[in-house]
Formats: sequence, structure tokens, C-alpha cells
Amino acid sequence: MGYNKPLPYPNSETKPFWDACRDGILRIQRCSDCGTNRFPPTGVCPACQSDRSEWIEASGRGRVFSWIVVRHPVPKDVYADKVPYVVAIIALDEGVRMVSNLVDIDVDSVQADMPVTVRFDKVTDELTLPVFVPADGADRGS
Amino acid sequence: MFNARDKCAIAGVGFTDYSRDSGRPVRSLASEACLKAIQDAGLSVEDVDGFVSYNFNDSVPAIAVATELGVPAAGFAVDFLAGGNAANLIVLNAIAAIEAGLAKTVVCYRAMNGRSGFRLGGGREMAAHGITQFTAPFGWITYPQAMAMWCRRHMIEYGTSAEQLGGIAVTLRENAVLNERAMQRAPLTLDDYMNSRMIVDPFRLLDICLESDGACAVVVTSAERARDMKQKPVYVSGGAYGGGPQQGEDLFDAIRWPDHAHNYSKYIAADLWASAGIGPEDVDIAQIYDCFTYSIVMQLEGFGFCKEGEGGAFTEGRRIARDGALPVNTHGGLLSEAYIHGFNHVIEAVEQLRGQSGPRQVEGAEVALTTAGAMTCGSAMVLHN
Ligand SMILES: [Zn+2]
Repeated sequence: MGYNKPLPYPNSETKPFWDACRDGILRIQRCSDCGTNRFPPTGVCPACQSDRSEWIEASGRGRVFSWIVVRHPVPKDVYADKVPYVVAIIALDEGVRMVSNLVDIDVDSVQADMPVTVRFDKVTDELTLPVFVPADGADRGS
Repeated sequence: MFNARDKCAIAGVGFTDYSRDSGRPVRSLASEACLKAIQDAGLSVEDVDGFVSYNFNDSVPAIAVATELGVPAAGFAVDFLAGGNAANLIVLNAIAAIEAGLAKTVVCYRAMNGRSGFRLGGGREMAAHGITQFTAPFGWITYPQAMAMWCRRHMIEYGTSAEQLGGIAVTLRENAVLNERAMQRAPLTLDDYMNSRMIVDPFRLLDICLESDGACAVVVTSAERARDMKQKPVYVSGGAYGGGPQQGEDLFDAIRWPDHAHNYSKYIAADLWASAGIGPEDVDIAQIYDCFTYSIVMQLEGFGFCKEGEGGAFTEGRRIARDGALPVNTHGGLLSEAYIHGFNHVIEAVEQLRGQSGPRQVEGAEVALTTAGAMTCGSAMVLHN
């Protein structure tokens, strides 16, 4: 059976992000006028209202801002094989946040502010998901 | 800022049974609650000229209820596409309409088959369009999962504990035990809470509100007209609706929200209290939106009942119990009475201020706070008798 979890439907604003993930690159937008970084992608800079922006490559490094451990799968048939799993809000070093999974860690060992780095997991031919793993030296638990 | 202090009042309330399976269309629930509210005010359908509601495409438009009830001139029929954040907004909207002359007497309601029909907690579509493409592919799908992220942040910043959350669930259940319309009336202990299943850490099953079929309605009219009606008027002295910066594209999207340890309440509190001309110290009872135990903690802080970070401690020592300094959710709340998307809080506040709450009546209750919302935006009112 194929991949049965929610798939992103990129649009003209978000396609550059997902395309880059397929190439193993984490991209965010930067305002071409005031230089403010932003994510998720939008057309207008909330800091200066400029509509000129460019994509920059993020370092892929960040810290855990908040996290949850999903133990009860919803929908059950879709996530029964995945629980328990960690969803985290990651504060990237570039000053924006991103929601992702924190993997390669004991789910009870996650700590606030722990350093993490991106890893790219290919789930279908079209889709590569950016997930995060503890940075080198961080405690992964048992 | 709301500038209609005491100019309008709630003159009637109505509600259906709350159940897990109503066996009826949502429209039928809505019509029953609205007609009961009209009759409670001593009015007939000819006296009503407005209907306002909110829904997530899980209910019927206001005009459908007016049609079923045979209201001859339902001129102001308005529907908000919104969640529990609108549970007080619809009353404020009715007041705005009355003050502007768009309507004279307005019925506000929320109706849902929230258990047997469309379940808000049940997850979303697998095709992740729009902002959802940055959340759902990671298995971040349900409201408990969304809100648990906020709760965790509060725990990180302030050390809020599972025992404190459990104490809230236990206290609200005490109130529901006394409430004949509550869906959960079996007494609860802190052990029961601690042993309940972990759904999405840090939330156990008993941190999460019920799912309910049912409807609630109130009649809003000018204070002058209300004084000539059947019931003792409950005046709306203050109100506010809104939130902070960078709320995101929908209720779920809070990726850009400044700090998830604080919600909408911190941003609307000053306007709320200024509009009412009182402060949190003047409140006798508070019906606080409790889709999750934790949302009470956040709003106690945001609305100024305690300092930021002290909401968990505030709930200890029976301070929010029916016999405490600030009785909270005297009906049992969304956690133990029913989940009518927060509108049942308004019903409870009105009944308390009328002195009609039977065994759970808080003696001498004169000023009530009602709140609606848990995340980036919400609404609140100050009511008094
Ligand atoms: Zn800019």
C-alpha cells in the first residue's frame, strides 16, 4: 500500500519550498527590501509590506520551542503505525518557526530549547519531508 | 472599544437536551433552543427580527431557523464562520445591530450534532491545502494536538503541572454533579484524572472537553425593552473581541504567534474591563472557555485574575470551586456539562445572575464574566443583574 498520510498540495507560493526539500535544501523567504525572514511563505512582508522577496537557504539548525507526543492516533487507521510520535515547533536559527517531527529520539527525552538539525525524509517520489533530529551532542535518550 | 455599557440585555435563554446522539437534524435542535429562548422572555416569534449564529459548516444558517419558526420579519440574519471564539461575539454583534437600528430583538444561538455528526476533534482532510500543508503532513491534525502545544509552552515557561490541570477537571466535575443537564455527573478524583489515558502528551483524556449534540440560544434586546419582559434582565456591561498579532490563516495555524504561553485573553482584557468600568476583582462568577483544562489557566492570567505564570497556582486550594473566591464554570463547563462550543457558558451565567441555578446557585452572584476562545482570538463579556 502507498503512502497514506496527509500530502501537501503546493501552490505557486509554496512550490519552491517543497521543490528544495526534494533536493535536500531547507528554504525560507527573505524580504528583498527590509531583509526580514519569513515562514510560512506569503506574498507580502508583514514588516514592511513589500511584495519583493527571495528564497534563501536556511542553516537547518534550530531549537525546540514546544512539542507534543501523540499517543492516540487520529485518524486511527492512518497513524496507528506511527504512534507515539513527536510533533514540535522548531525555532530556526534564522528567526522563524516551523512545525515538524522530531525523530531519532526517545519520545520522553525531548527538552525545551534542545538543539536540533534538519534531515530530509523521502516519503514518495514527489514528496520529501523536512524532519528534525537532535543536533550532534544532544541527549537522544535511551 | 465596546461603548454600549448596559444599553442591551439578555432577556431569555433556551436550550435542548445535551446528548451523544440527538437523532435529529441540527436545524431542529437550533429551532427548539431558539423558540424556548423566545418563550422564556415572554415573547412570540412576531417580536423577533434577528438571528445570529456561528458554525464550522456543521450547522444551519440563521435564516433556516427563522423560516422554520415562521418569523415574519427576520431582517438581521447573520452567520459567522467561526469556532468557539465567536461564542460571545455573536451577542456583541446583536448589540451592535440593535444599537445601529438594524434590529430590535435578536436571537443568538449555536447548534451542533458535535458527537453524532461532524466531530471537531476528529481530524481533517488528508489533502493538505493552504497553510495546512505545513502542519498536517507531520501528523499535527486535531484540536487536542494543536492546543497541547500551547499547554506545553506554559509548562516550559512557568512549570504548570499535571496535578494543577487535574485539579481543574475535578473541580468542574463537582459542579456538573449538581447540574441535571450535565452529560458527565459521576464524581471524579485526582487519581482518576492521573490514571486517564494519555491522548497527546501533555493532555490526558480528562483534559479534553466532551463532544455533544445540542443547542443553546439567548434573546438580546435593548435594556429598556428587556425591563418590560418576563424575566429579570441580565445586562451586558462590557465586551471585547480580538486577539494579538500574527494570528495565522485559521484557528489552527499559530506558527507565527508570538508566544504560545499566552492567548487572546491578554490582548483583549484591557478593553473588556474598561468597557465594563470594573476589574477582575469585581467578578462574582466566571464562565471561562474550557475546551481543555489548560485554557482556563491561560485566561485567568490573561484577564488579570492573577499574574502571568501564576494561573496554575491560582486554581489550587479550591479557589475556583463553587465555594471558592472565584467560582469557575459553575455548570461543569465544556469539560463536564456539554460542548455547545462555549455558548452554554452564556446560558449558565444568565441563570446564575437570575438566581435560577438550583442546587449549584452561587448565592449573591451579581457580576459574571463569560469568555470564548482558547488560542489566537476570542471574545468575552461582563454581565450583571
Ligand atoms: Zn520587508
